[in-house]
Amino acid sequence: MKLERTKRVKKLAIWTWSWVATMAIATFGPEFIWDGHPFLTTFAILVNLANGILMILANRDLFNHFDELEKKIHLESMAISLGLAVVVGLTFSILDQQDLIPFKADIGFLVMFIGITYLVSVFINTRRYK
Amino acid sequence: MKNQVRDLRTAKGMTQEDLAELIGVSRQTINAIEKEKFDPSLPTAFKMAKIFELPIEQIFQFV
Repeated sequence: MKLERTKRVKKLAIWTWSWVATMAIATFGPEFIWDGHPFLTTFAILVNLANGILMILANRDLFNHFDELEKKIHLESMAISLGLAVVVGLTFSILDQQDLIPFKADIGFLVMFIGITYLVSVFINTRRYK
Repeated sequence: MKNQVRDLRTAKGMTQEDLAELIGVSRQTINAIEKEKFDPSLPTAFKMAKIFELPIEQIFQFV
């Protein structure tokens, strides 16, 4: 069971890192590597999208390998993260529309917020069942 | 839900890790079940009943 878990975690880690790498290439490549060439830019974005889909599949594979308690912990954490992302995300958007924050409400903030709330929720839920 | 998992496991001379391995769950799950913080699924309860050679209602009691 542990060996199978390690295999799946490694697979997810590989796809996550390659997704981050292709995201960096798609973001900075047009400016610093291929001088805004439309075909290469589209190609880089599509490679990043395909990589992202494979990362999601690897994550689903790992999730399906979780036992019942782990599934409960992660599902609760996902519910909290999703709820907070919608509520806080829309609040953030309204604050931006009304010019009440001194910076632009970028999607990156929301992605970071989801990641942090998910990690904190998993940590708290894991401790709850210890 | 109350249960006798810890007593039955120690009576069989098994560790949480041993029981977890036999059932196919993590050691943390066995620990959470023994501490009555988490109620197991029906398949897990049946597997425990088979391992301890007891009916489910003698291992788990709904209170």
